Amino acid sequence: MSKKQLALVIDLNVCVGCHACVTSCKEWNTSGWAGPMPDQNPYDADPSGVFFNRVQTFECGTFPNTETIHFPKSCLHCEDPPCVPVCPTGASYKREEDGIVLVDYDKCIGCKYCSWSCPYGVREFDEVQGVMKKCTLCVDRIYDQTLPPERRKPACVLACPAGARIFGDIKDPDSEAAIAIRENGGYPLMPEWGTQPANHYLPRRKTKMTLHEDELIRADNPLKIEGELPKPPDGSSLDDYSSW
Amino acid sequence: MKDPVTSRDTEFGPSEVKTTTCYMCACRCGIRVHLRGGEVRYIEGNPDHPLNQGVICAKGASGIMKQYSPARLTRPLKRKEGAERGENAFEPISWDEAFTILGDRLAHIRATDPKKLALFTGRDQMQALTGLFAKQFGTPNYAAHGGFCSVNMAAGMIYTIGGSFWEFGGPDLDRAKLFVMIGTAEDHHSNPMKIALSKFKRSGGRFIAINPVRTGYAAIADEWVPIRPGTDGALLLALIREIVEMGLFDREFLIRFTNAAELVNMDPASDEFGLLIRDPSVTAEPGCFDPENRLWWDRLTDRPTIARSEGSDGRLIGAFELPDGTAVKPAFQLLKDRVKDCTPEWAEGITGIPAATIRRLAHEMGVTARDHKIELPIAWTDAWGREYDTIVGNPVAFHSMRGLAAHSNGFHAIRALGILMSLLGTIDRPGGFRHKAPFPRPIPPCAKPPKGPEGVKPNEPLGGMPLGWPADPNDLFVDAEGEPVRIDKAFSWEYPLSVHGLMHNVITNAWRGDPYPIDTLFLFMANMAWNSSMNTVEVRKMLTDKHENGEYKIPFIVVTDAFQSETVAFADLVLPDTTYLERHDVMSLLDRPISEFDGPVDSVRIPVLPPLGESKPFQEVLIELGSRLRLPAFVNADGSRKYRDYPDFIVHFETEPGSGIGFLSGWRGKSGEKFLVGEPNPSQWEMYARNHNHFHYELPRSYQYMRNWNRGYLTWARHHRLVRFAEPIVIHLYSEVLQKFRLAAEGKRKGKQPPAHLRERVKDFFDPLPFYFPPLEWHQTNTSAFPLAAITQRPMAMYHSWDSQNAWLRQIHTHNALFVHPSVGAANNFGDGAWVWVESPWGKVRCQARFTEAVEPGTVWTWNAVGKASGAWGLSPDANESRHGFLLNHVISEELPALISGRTVSNSDPVTGQAAWYDVRVRVTPAAADEPAESWPQFTPLPQVPGQTGFTGTLRAFFAGKARG
Repeated sequence: MSKKQLALVIDLNVCVGCHACVTSCKEWNTSGWAGPMPDQNPYDADPSGVFFNRVQTFECGTFPNTETIHFPKSCLHCEDPPCVPVCPTGASYKREEDGIVLVDYDKCIGCKYCSWSCPYGVREFDEVQGVMKKCTLCVDRIYDQTLPPERRKPACVLACPAGARIFGDIKDPDSEAAIAIRENGGYPLMPEWGTQPANHYLPRRKTKMTLHEDELIRADNPLKIEGELPKPPDGSSLDDYSSW
Repeated sequence: MKDPVTSRDTEFGPSEVKTTTCYMCACRCGIRVHLRGGEVRYIEGNPDHPLNQGVICAKGASGIMKQYSPARLTRPLKRKEGAERGENAFEPISWDEAFTILGDRLAHIRATDPKKLALFTGRDQMQALTGLFAKQFGTPNYAAHGGFCSVNMAAGMIYTIGGSFWEFGGPDLDRAKLFVMIGTAEDHHSNPMKIALSKFKRSGGRFIAINPVRTGYAAIADEWVPIRPGTDGALLLALIREIVEMGLFDREFLIRFTNAAELVNMDPASDEFGLLIRDPSVTAEPGCFDPENRLWWDRLTDRPTIARSEGSDGRLIGAFELPDGTAVKPAFQLLKDRVKDCTPEWAEGITGIPAATIRRLAHEMGVTARDHKIELPIAWTDAWGREYDTIVGNPVAFHSMRGLAAHSNGFHAIRALGILMSLLGTIDRPGGFRHKAPFPRPIPPCAKPPKGPEGVKPNEPLGGMPLGWPADPNDLFVDAEGEPVRIDKAFSWEYPLSVHGLMHNVITNAWRGDPYPIDTLFLFMANMAWNSSMNTVEVRKMLTDKHENGEYKIPFIVVTDAFQSETVAFADLVLPDTTYLERHDVMSLLDRPISEFDGPVDSVRIPVLPPLGESKPFQEVLIELGSRLRLPAFVNADGSRKYRDYPDFIVHFETEPGSGIGFLSGWRGKSGEKFLVGEPNPSQWEMYARNHNHFHYELPRSYQYMRNWNRGYLTWARHHRLVRFAEPIVIHLYSEVLQKFRLAAEGKRKGKQPPAHLRERVKDFFDPLPFYFPPLEWHQTNTSAFPLAAITQRPMAMYHSWDSQNAWLRQIHTHNALFVHPSVGAANNFGDGAWVWVESPWGKVRCQARFTEAVEPGTVWTWNAVGKASGAWGLSPDANESRHGFLLNHVISEELPALISGRTVSNSDPVTGQAAWYDVRVRVTPAAADEPAESWPQFTPLPQVPGQTGFTGTLRAFFAGKARG
């Protein structure tokens, strides 16, 4: 198992489902090391194309207690990736140095065993080149010394307007990614499969306000200055009945 | 395999990086465009840009696929001899011929009757230039798309607090603790809102979303409050009532900074009834500001004094009598009276929100505003000379847009929102609402339309601004009979405060010749034959309708667009525009800049690619036409051309000779040493380019807040010519402006009078205090036959009709469906995924229904503008957008028949002319089993036009620079 494991931590608490990660991934990668990412029927009926990252939107609950969840999903870079051992040619592999799962297009024969074995459905078959493609965590960006250090991140992370995508080494307890998981109840997808996904998700967190009754009754109520409060008592008083 | 770590992106070909400003929506983020072999390789957010700080959205990151769209127009086109409008049959012509055809036609119009040119534009971000052109040409018939977008938001807020949301102000989420978003799904201020919302949530803020639908931002709200469309006004009035009754308002703020304590004449016999009491002994200089002559009732001496006199304290509540016997009440008391019966229980019946929830929302707002105050150690002085050691903030912020605006009752709902924000004491304070330069402005702002038909003269510029801000009935643009002068009837008694015009009625009015026929309809970047018109099927017929003599009822139509929109097919002349990556552009303080809370910001686009084919920026077209027509602003005294091109114009144009005010505010002065005001600087473009295409002036901290009443800021703003007067801008809790129109309608005010048939309408709707009324359309609709409200929302990954041509974005939204609550299906016998008919009193569409639990059950909704006409936008005739997608527009009417004394008027807000898109009521029934699984109506597929880029083939494997793939 890698000592270092790069991953994405996706904060569902702030993801608004804008798809910035989806298309910024596509534009970086289609013209780069992992590209092209072809589109079939690009302007015809039923277009379909290769996307390394997709946002699924679903609802939970019934009206009015409905939650709408935007759920970005890409290769989870499992620590024990089921796609690797099933690959007959060794094209699918997990990098020792940082835990990124990659496909060597030169070795891939397009048998799709990996996509059958992936429980998360994140592999993308390129019908044109006949090879399997997937998220590389922008491996061609993150080590590029010609980029300024703060831009050596996956394109989706740089793009995300909500900052909902945290990139880092989850094995390093001091990394932003590891802290986010630890402190915000970060969870992996379907841990029961034993794949140990490296990517994690942070759950929705609700901020509530508690109102105390006495917060609505205050000595500095402006109605008092206006002569509206307190209302003058009406009806009888002790004076009417006692004569000590 | 190339090693991904050691191999470099440059191995695929050298790339260069250029910066400009995005235009995939109206948000205007700074971008860095990477080019490889002359092709766009990567577009990323510019980290050195204040607006987006390095991030980018789905649209911005897909700019590549817009640049290489199959819908690009590359040649000027003339409708083919013998071909009919709508057939999309054109022949290419040269620009010379195009300019000759158009120039001759426009010269004749200008020399005879300039108003026969109607110039209307879409979301162009260049209204300062298009407006200048129209004014110089002399036609009043000019507006951008604001009338059918969100003019209620602009007008409702500006007539109340002197500023508005989005470009001109917004929620200060850095400091807010409670954020209430109402009637907003996605937003124009798209990336900044996402950045701010995320930071806000992570710092523990509470976010409440009030919306009929839970999508977009509402998805991450801590609480979703579903509301019935068109009822926001009732909710807001109930919130106001609760805040007033519980004493949860900020009394000090109201008294000092609003007209809450100012006295209103309550003598019904007086011609001044409902106006503020003013001391006649105070000399009032004329100007567009409110003189300091209003009175309040001093609590300490129990007598009337000039409001805000030192040592006095106005009463908010009570009824008083002036020494001359006039009955008066403070404006606040009138508000209190107004909302007395607007109980949460009353609002529950209208909005569908439980009364207990409404009450709790009010308490959360009030208690947060009062008990979580922010005090910033910033000393400042108010406009009346009082000094303060701190800036105080009540950290409750709001944001709102078209959900409130696009209703016929939207103006008053938005006034109510402005008042609620003011009651809580949140205007231009930390954690509340903050202005952005050039706002705040006087209430209302100074610009005025011409006052009558005499403002339109052959061969002369217009005698006023095409768009302005009436302060008084005498500012209306009507003839002696009180009838409209503009083709869209803006600034007439039908829609007196239509400050953005009524683009949605231009085609219908021009077709009918009401109030008169026009000659040339000149459209820029507006898809009026499709998603930007209500009643689309009929509007398309109007564009092709002919007189008996065979001539088109709208004689000449010019369309400028970069893409093959549905509207292009109806043009007689098509002028191909460039994309945003191919042009110079300015986001000017004269228009709608990208200012931040802390000071003015304006910005530019600088071309990163050459124009494709013969496409030409529309800016250059206007400069060329202005020069040919010898419009005064575009020529020298001898009539010779003044500006070489658009960049030259931007640098050298001044609002008046020697004014020092131009389109760009940064690096003015001969060598760029001045800002806001200064002589033209020939190197201004280069200086903007070096500063990542923007200029940002950060105000001193003591000028960043309370700007309506901040002496330092107002003096600074006057000195730098942002405003003409440095007088305080007191919030109009009570709108004397509206009351003046009402008095005219009651015959109590000298000057312009409404025509008899409009008196009641003006009297009813020009109420100086907000009130709730059901949307006008509901009065005419049998709401049991049409029980559902139907609305649209814009998806975050698309901008109006623009992105179906985008190979990547159309895979996110390939077609739209009608989202309905399962109970609607159960009641009407259809299941999830069924094909259904959506019918309103005005029309019907067939579409597919999808069930959702994230919608108020009385509401159905769909994504806006995903549906397309077959063959438009470079898509194949059988694309999902046209066969499966649909427009809701077909069931929305642009007019309401017999609304006023049997006459037809625009389906709009009676105050502002805002298109009431979201008032429509529908019923949904299953389509018959033998009907095709296809949307209806369908249109004859459009062929491509000459010079259109097109794309054939079933595969696109884009790889910039074509090094491989």
